[in-house]
Amino acid sequence: MRITKKDVEHVALLSRLDLTEEEKEAYTKQLNSIIDYMNKINELDTEGVEPTAHVLPIYNVMREDEVGESLDREKVLENAPEKENGQFKVPRIV
Amino acid sequence: MELYEYSVSALKKMLQNKKVSSREVTEAFLDRIEIIDGKVQAYITKTAEEALKKADEIDSKRQKGEELPSLAGIPMALKDNLCTKDIKTTCASKNLYNFKPPYSATVVEKLDKNGAVMLGKLNMDEFAMGSSCENSRFFSTRNPWDLERVPGGSSGGSAAAVAAREASYTLGSDTGGSIRQPASFCGVVGLKPTYGRVSRYGLVAFASSLDQIGPFANTVEDVALVLQAIAGHDPMDSTSVDIPVPDYSEALQGDIKGMKIGIPREYFPDELSSDVKDVVQKGIKKLEDLGAIVEECSMPHTEYALPTYYIVAPAEASSNLARYDGVRYGYRDKDAKNVLEMFMKTRNEGFGEEVKRRIMIGTYALSSGYYDAYYLKALKVRTLIRRDFESAFEKYDCLVSPTSPSVAFKLGDRVDDPLAMYLSDLFTVPANMAGIPAISLPCGFSEGLPVGMQIMGKAFAEETILKVAHAFEKNSDFQGQKPRGVE
Repeated sequence: MRITKKDVEHVALLSRLDLTEEEKEAYTKQLNSIIDYMNKINELDTEGVEPTAHVLPIYNVMREDEVGESLDREKVLENAPEKENGQFKVPRIV
Repeated sequence: MELYEYSVSALKKMLQNKKVSSREVTEAFLDRIEIIDGKVQAYITKTAEEALKKADEIDSKRQKGEELPSLAGIPMALKDNLCTKDIKTTCASKNLYNFKPPYSATVVEKLDKNGAVMLGKLNMDEFAMGSSCENSRFFSTRNPWDLERVPGGSSGGSAAAVAAREASYTLGSDTGGSIRQPASFCGVVGLKPTYGRVSRYGLVAFASSLDQIGPFANTVEDVALVLQAIAGHDPMDSTSVDIPVPDYSEALQGDIKGMKIGIPREYFPDELSSDVKDVVQKGIKKLEDLGAIVEECSMPHTEYALPTYYIVAPAEASSNLARYDGVRYGYRDKDAKNVLEMFMKTRNEGFGEEVKRRIMIGTYALSSGYYDAYYLKALKVRTLIRRDFESAFEKYDCLVSPTSPSVAFKLGDRVDDPLAMYLSDLFTVPANMAGIPAISLPCGFSEGLPVGMQIMGKAFAEETILKVAHAFEKNSDFQGQKPRGVE
């Protein structure tokens, strides 16, 4: 299974990365060698093996639904690259 | 002996007996940083003013005869992916170059309540992705034993700072070896606790099923003290486990006679450099001399841990790092004309090469048509790796191996070959996959560079690995050597 430059462009779009031409070339080469290495796991027969997404036997941790303290709005907005009227500002969407 | 050369536990006693004030100790470390950090480059942010203020607070409480907690007045520093309220937390990324968190991580709160004095924030590979600290977007930290070599990574700053005595102890984070491998390279002790032992709230997420916060210090006893202060359940992290925290300092007592130690032969492959192998085998012999029952064993899926890790970790990272979109914090490309362009340009400029590589690998492994072949397959292999540990721990109290296949390598040696870089995590990744605790401690030297030994234990059995590590350390004959690069 070879990864082409077109695949890299597709994955870059999914990842929201505006790669340069040089980056696309470099990643095409590197992703191929890395994925080749990953393919080693296909040597193993995993028929009937349960997947492990998480090591702890913890499920649905519940707590009382109580109103707690929230972060201050102005404080949170201090980190915003652009803000207006107590809100985050972004370029026009529609 | 200078104040900055004492261990955490020695400083604790000196402070309690009022032999020295926290201000004196803090000033000694701040002076040390001034003199040495130009060479080592461990610190991204220094917080001298806040440190002295905290030191004075502690001193005045002590003068009044107030009862003070265990780490009161002792200077430490934190990896720059641990959120510190109103103090820059950059993850060594352009994306967060100016980020001041509105809250502190739980471990930071806990240390603060424990009276800790924070000296600053430490360098790392960007978003904790890397094994050499060369992926920091700011500068590369140097190994105090040889300034031409890397300190390891990703918690390179945390390891180098402790080795160069620029902090009495530090915290780092470990997703695939990021505490243990730099501890090994810098000749200090580093512990990755069991997944769930320490709250991750406020740790900037890399791979959430693998990440764990842990301490670095110059002795096992100090690491136990710091673990005591940060361990425990936290309602803010539902994966932190609500079981009692044992007394880790108490656990160090006694000998290791009759303890059963397994040596997995897969951790001594051909790739292992012969000098590291010799030093670790001598270390194992020492454990045997101390009365442990040492036996070779097999963990057949070890060789699959690294390829599995490099699917699972990037997959989780690609999802976790989706939040860096230039909207709420951090860097934004200001010239973008629409919102998609803003996301794409912000992210491409904000992230460095390795982070982008991992986002791409993870996105690929999760993308339609490849999910089953890569991600799901990797999760199944992860189960097989866990089972290897489960059966080994039926027979053994702990497992011992080298921490990394080589000693610290030279800056620039592996930057152009991602796979060669990934190989330095060969022996550390399995513990993260299984969620078990593991410690790296100095085991000896090879051509003047430190070699680390890794001790892996059962889940929530930090006491066992600390005890073995402490017994080894007490009986080793190479303590007290100072890093050549900074002396």
